[in-house]
Amino acid sequence: MKLHSLGHAIRLDSPILGRITRRELSSVDSRCDSILLWNQEQPPLDSFGYLAVMTSQRQAAWRIPVPLVHFGDQLDYLSDGDVVSISADGFIRTLYRRNSPHNFILATDQCNSFCLMCSQPPKQIDDFARIHEHLRLIDLIDQETQELGITGGEPTLFKDDFLHLIDYCKQKLPNTALHVLTNGRLFYYREFARRLGAIAHPDLMLGIPLYSDTDFEHDYVVQARGAFEETILGLYNLASHNVAVEIRVVIHLQTYKRLPRLAEFIAGNFPFAAHVALMGMEPFGFANANFDELWIDPYDYQSELRDAAETLHFSGFSISIYNHQLCVLDRHLWQFARKSISDWKNVYLQECNQCDKLDACGGLFQSGLKKHSAHIAPILA
Amino acid sequence: MGQLRFQNRAFYQAGQPYRLLPFQFLQFSADRKIVVNEVGEYLFVSDHDFDAFVSHRLPPSSDIYLDLKGKHFLFDSDSPAPFEMLATKYRTKKAHLAGFTKLHIFVVSLRCEHSCQYCQVSRVSSNKSRYDMSPETASRSLDLAFRTPANEIKIEFQGGEPLLNFERIVQIIEEAEARSTAMGKAVEFVVTSNLALISDEMLLYFREHSVAISTSLDGPEFIHNANRPRPGNNSYQLTIQNIQRSRESLGYDKVAALMTATRLSLPHPHKIIDEYVDKGFQSIFLRALNPYGFAVKTSRSIGYTADEFLKFYIEALDYILQINRRGLNFVEIYAQLLLTRILTPFPTGYVDLQSPAGAGIAVAVYNYDGDVYASDESRMLAEMGDKQFLLGNVHTDSYEQIFGGRLLRHIVASSCVESLPGCADCAFQTFCGADPIFNYATQGDLIGHRPTSEFHKKNFAIIKHLLTLYHSDRDIRRIFWAWVHNIPASELTAEAVE
Repeated sequence: MKLHSLGHAIRLDSPILGRITRRELSSVDSRCDSILLWNQEQPPLDSFGYLAVMTSQRQAAWRIPVPLVHFGDQLDYLSDGDVVSISADGFIRTLYRRNSPHNFILATDQCNSFCLMCSQPPKQIDDFARIHEHLRLIDLIDQETQELGITGGEPTLFKDDFLHLIDYCKQKLPNTALHVLTNGRLFYYREFARRLGAIAHPDLMLGIPLYSDTDFEHDYVVQARGAFEETILGLYNLASHNVAVEIRVVIHLQTYKRLPRLAEFIAGNFPFAAHVALMGMEPFGFANANFDELWIDPYDYQSELRDAAETLHFSGFSISIYNHQLCVLDRHLWQFARKSISDWKNVYLQECNQCDKLDACGGLFQSGLKKHSAHIAPILA
Repeated sequence: MGQLRFQNRAFYQAGQPYRLLPFQFLQFSADRKIVVNEVGEYLFVSDHDFDAFVSHRLPPSSDIYLDLKGKHFLFDSDSPAPFEMLATKYRTKKAHLAGFTKLHIFVVSLRCEHSCQYCQVSRVSSNKSRYDMSPETASRSLDLAFRTPANEIKIEFQGGEPLLNFERIVQIIEEAEARSTAMGKAVEFVVTSNLALISDEMLLYFREHSVAISTSLDGPEFIHNANRPRPGNNSYQLTIQNIQRSRESLGYDKVAALMTATRLSLPHPHKIIDEYVDKGFQSIFLRALNPYGFAVKTSRSIGYTADEFLKFYIEALDYILQINRRGLNFVEIYAQLLLTRILTPFPTGYVDLQSPAGAGIAVAVYNYDGDVYASDESRMLAEMGDKQFLLGNVHTDSYEQIFGGRLLRHIVASSCVESLPGCADCAFQTFCGADPIFNYATQGDLIGHRPTSEFHKKNFAIIKHLLTLYHSDRDIRRIFWAWVHNIPASELTAEAVE
């Protein structure tokens, strides 16, 4: 799946963010949010007001009143309603795909944790100015969007601007479920949790990772002393301000043994959690760098996973198992397996084509092609 | 890990020696103990590990150290998190205390046409004016019941046979509904009746006012009729017939039945359960006799020891589990109650198993003559001539005098398992509760004497048995959890998909 490409921009002085349209728009008001995708040999008769016109007519030297962006002939991946950003040097990034259920805002590359298995390693940069791009994006995405993710990095590092972002989503996308991936540490501060609760977003859920039932195991995994305490108290503060939380557990060599105890810990302490996700590791980013410390064949932790899933399920939690192939997963756990991997990085192996359960199976991460369970084999009826 | 700045595991381990948090323990089996903390979280620990734990010799990297730390039996840092978590769990476990008295029992008539062997209170009499609640007493009792801070209250009609004073039931329901609307307190109704006298007119009224029915079914005909004699010796036939009529009128979920085990019941756990299954019930409450009222007098013929009851209970439970394993959903209510206390962070509303005891603070009884008692058992004692637990009278005492008076304070202070001798150091204390009225009736004072207490013996053995079962078998775990959630075990399916 393509999410970016390099084109050549003419008369584009500063980056733009706009909604793709293949259809010419009559109203100038709507043109000012839009980028016209134009593949005919002749230029559009009236291009006034668009943010830009994009074309695959490589040689076109159209004289039009707006920036012109040339690109290769592979832009079929863009649909009407998608939102892209184009930099002055012609780099085109897809920020929102109207036909995908997997849209998210990558809020920041900064993080206050440094998880051993992070698939999206943080950067030490100041990118807080990106908040303007995020707010603009929310203006542009389809109001009918069912779900939107906010991820990072750690989105709460925006602090006040994070709250503003959530509030802005509530105003502009009142029908869109918002799913925020956060380590929850900043909600250790009650006032921050209170202010998030006060926004009263109608469909907000925070997905918060918890890796152990004890502080030093968790702190080790996230490589931050005190993180456990902050996350735990953060969860309580959020619950007391009626913010829905989901608890997310990534299973790897450092966490699998105590998975059943972690499940008991969650059941005993966080009965208010709306959902618990038990997730296979994405072998990408830091997970790759720390591969030897982290890798365990998922086949080898099925007993722990079953115990944990059963404890949570019996205790009344809604649970899901993400990122596992059905052929590797204990059959008792199939009922919890979800096709969780975002479409743009979701793949299957050659031999999967023979599998009778292919349609029900969530497959692999793109990065899992290099390293995956040794027990992947087609299930034949 | 090379160039990246990852720290190793040891870097995050505690720098401080560990300290113990409060807990109770018990030798559970030959070589292992159960440890239970103040919020009811428990672990099984080998004797060897236990000795190392309490003598501060556990290595921080051992599994058992992490287990004990994760469940808050030890702490090893200055972090407030474990205490916040414990405080939250403690609050949750005691949440039933909020709101004060929620169950209000109205004894609208002491008269009854049954003369049950074990009945504590009823009179076979046609003297309405002597044994029926008057309209004034009913209104005044409602005044008090609606003074409770609780936002949801339950009014239970008791007897005698309450249907003998149906007009009073109607008055109370009408007045309670009006008050409910005016005061914004939700109210629900349940009638405890032998159903022998229920008419179509009554059923229609109950349907219109969403009144639930709780009746008695002691088992198959020969047990039921022996336990519950009435003129014509036809109690069983009437009960079964009228359970069916009531279900058809009110819905299955509105009609519940209770059984009381007498000496005659003890050899027949299977027959009793089969009777319940056969009559379409999805649960049974296996109840022992109360040591009150007439039951004391007749205890030689119908009574039994705690050991005899336990043998019956365990056999019955085993049979019920067999039934569940075959795919039928059938719950034993006392086990459901205890399992909720053992397995979940939540409290139960059952008034007879709380700490402090539910008497007066979870339940109050308004007797036909206006006397207010701390519990159903308290008024049964009173009918035997001992008015020890009379809190006051609706006509002469105020709400404050009755519910804030010295007697109720004394009962509450005498019924905290956290401080009762024999309970304070019991590992099962958070799963159990105190029954000061029982202690008084059987042992002469509110505190009681645990080593010789039948209440203790029964609850201790059942709790231990449930824990043993729960940790013996995956299927049983699933069934028990289904009971806790009151859902079919099939909804907690752990079946492998083919």
